[in-house]
Amino acid sequence: MEETKKNLLEVKDLKVSFFTPAGEVKAVDGISYNLGYNEVMGIVGESGSGKSVEAYSIIGLLQKPGKVVGGSITFDGQDLLSFDEEQMRNVRGKDISMIFQNPMTCLNPVYTIGNQLMEALQCHDDKITKEEAWDRAVHMLELVGINNAEKRMTQYPHEHSGGMRQRAMIAMALISEPKLLIADEPTTALDVTIQAQILDVMKDIQKRVNTSIIFITHNLGVVAEVCDKVSVMYAGKIVEQGDVNDIFYNPQHPYTKALLASMPRLDEDGHERLIPIEGTPIDLLNPPQGCNFGPRCKECRKICLSKKPPYADLGNGHISACWLHFMEGAAKKEEA
Amino acid sequence: MEERKKLLEIENLKKYFPVKAGFGKKQYVQAVESVSCHIYEGETLGLVGESGCGKTTLGRTIIRLHEPTSGKIVFDGTPIYDSEKKIAVPMLPYRRKMQIIFQDPSASLDPRMTVGEIVGEALDIHGLFQGKAERRERINELLDEVGLNTEHSNRFPHEFSGGQQQRIGIARALAVEPQFIVCDEPISALDVSIQSQVINMLEDLQAEKGLTYLFIAHDISVVRHISNRIGVMYLGSMVELAESYELCNHPIHPYTKTLLSAVPIPDPEKTRSRVRQPLEGEIPSPINPPSGCRFHTRCPYATERCKQEFPKLKEYGPGHYAACHLLEDGKL
Repeated sequence: MEETKKNLLEVKDLKVSFFTPAGEVKAVDGISYNLGYNEVMGIVGESGSGKSVEAYSIIGLLQKPGKVVGGSITFDGQDLLSFDEEQMRNVRGKDISMIFQNPMTCLNPVYTIGNQLMEALQCHDDKITKEEAWDRAVHMLELVGINNAEKRMTQYPHEHSGGMRQRAMIAMALISEPKLLIADEPTTALDVTIQAQILDVMKDIQKRVNTSIIFITHNLGVVAEVCDKVSVMYAGKIVEQGDVNDIFYNPQHPYTKALLASMPRLDEDGHERLIPIEGTPIDLLNPPQGCNFGPRCKECRKICLSKKPPYADLGNGHISACWLHFMEGAAKKEEA
Repeated sequence: MEERKKLLEIENLKKYFPVKAGFGKKQYVQAVESVSCHIYEGETLGLVGESGCGKTTLGRTIIRLHEPTSGKIVFDGTPIYDSEKKIAVPMLPYRRKMQIIFQDPSASLDPRMTVGEIVGEALDIHGLFQGKAERRERINELLDEVGLNTEHSNRFPHEFSGGQQQRIGIARALAVEPQFIVCDEPISALDVSIQSQVINMLEDLQAEKGLTYLFIAHDISVVRHISNRIGVMYLGSMVELAESYELCNHPIHPYTKTLLSAVPIPDPEKTRSRVRQPLEGEIPSPINPPSGCRFHTRCPYATERCKQEFPKLKEYGPGHYAACHLLEDGKL
C-alpha cells in the first residue's frame, strides 16, 4: 500500500489509438511513468509524438475516434480508466485540471472572467456561497499577478491581452486547488517576455499550493527551467526519461542527443553548424517494425530495424529505450 | 579597411495602416516608425522582437509589398522609393532581385497549382527561359537545390509535409536568382527537428549564391545563430542594432537586456541561476503609442526626457547602435 501512496499518478503501459478510415493510428503506444507529489514533470516531443493525446486521456477528454486501448492510469490510488463520465466530471476541474495551449480559444467569449472562475468552484461545491466564490476568485487572480482583480472579474476575455488570458486560465485551473495540473504548451502562443512572466507565476504557485504538474512542451529551454523530471517522447513512445540534469547533461538516447544538438542556443560562443536530424517523423499509420527512431538514427544498427528496443535502466530513475545500451561492449569492439 | 558594399539602405521608413475609429475619425496603426538601417551585401541581418512590434511589416515594406507611408529605400545604389523626392519606381524589375519567403508555408502556396507551376510561374513572369525543355530543366534544378525530388513537380502542396512545403517556398523565391531575400519567420511553423534542416539549407544557399538575407524571427536563439548582425524592434521602432555576438553578450538597451534574459536556455543550471530582468505590464497599443521613447512606459530607468523626445539610433561601440536617451546622457 505504501507504494501507491508515494506517487500521485501512475501511468502503466498506456496505449491510445485513433481509429481512422485509413487504419489504426497508435498515437500513444505503451508509455509508463510515475509522478510524485509536488513534482513537475516535463513531456517533450515534436508535434505528433502523442504528448497531448496522453494528457487528454488522463483527464478524460479524449475525443472520437481516439480510444484508450490498453494500460492503466492510477491517480491517487483510484483507477481513472474505470470511471464513468459522472465520476470523471467530479475529478476533472477539482483534483485534476488543465491549462490549454491557446488562451484565445479556451475561454468562453460570452461570459465574464469572473463568471468563468466562479463556475469552476461552484461546479464542485454546492454549498459555497456566491460571495465566497467571488472572494476566492479575486484572490486567485491576484495570486497569478493580475492587477485590479476586482475590475478584471467583470470584464470579458476579449478585453484581456494574451498573457492576461493565460493568467486567467491558470487561475481557473488552480482555483479548486487540484492535486494535479496538466499544462499543455501553456506558453507556446506567447511572447518570450510574457512567457517568462507566466513561468515565474507557475513556479511560484506550484510552491504555494503544492500541486504536481505535467508540463507538455516542445521547448527544451522551458523544460530546463521548470521541470524536475523529463520524459522525451518520439512517435508515441517515451524514448528517454530521467532527472532534468541527467537528460540535459548526460543524455543517452540518440534522439535526445540529436534534439539537443540540433537546437541553436543563445549561449553558444562561436558559430557552430547545427546538426540536423535527417528525414521526417514517421508515418504512424505504418510504423516501422523496429525502433521508431531507427530510420532517422545516425547510430542505427541491424537489430534496430527489426526489433523494438527495451528500456535500459541507467540508475537514478534514468531509463532509455535503445539497443545501443545492450550492445555497448560488442559495438565498441566492432568499431575498434 | 575596405568599405563593405551596402546592398540595401533605408532611411526613416514609416508605415501606418489606417483603421476605422468611428464616425469621421481617422486613426492609424503606427506599425513601423522611423526605422533607418542598412544591409551589407552577402550578410544576414536578423530582426527580432515580440509579436506586433512591426518586424514583418518592416520586411514587407522594404520590398514594397506594403507601400511605405514615408521614408526612403535605396537598393543597390538606386532609390526605389523616396517620399521626399516623390520617387516610386515600378517594382517588377526589382522583384527579380528581391524575394520573400513567407511564414506559413501551407498558406502561401496556391493549393490548386502543382509544385512545378508554382516554381515555374516566377520564370514565366520574368521570361527566364527559352523553350519548354529549358523551363522544365530549370524547375528540376531548383527542386534539386532545395532537396526535393524532380518527380515532386507534378504534385500539389497538400501532399507535402510542412518542412517540404517550406522548401517549395524557398525554391520559388530562388527561381528568379535574387540577390536579396526577406525570410519572414521561415521556420516558426516547423517542428524542432526540421527547423535545423531548413536553417542549414538557408546557410548553404547563402554561401553558394552570395545571397543577402533579412531574417525575421521571434526566436532569438535562431536569429543569433544565422545572423551576422541583429536589429531589435519594439513597438515599431528599432531600439538596438549590433553584431550578433556583441548584441547577445553585451546588450546595452534596457529592452534588449530584458528580452535576452527572458529567453530560456536548454541548460538547467544556467537557466535557473540567471537573474531575470522583470518586465512589467503589457505592450502598449500601436494605435496610441507612448510619446517620446516608446519603451518608456515599461522602462525601469525612464526619465522626463524619455517621455518627451523620440530617441534616435546612435553608435556606442564599433557598429553597435542603440536608441536610448539614458545611454546618450551616460546615465546607464
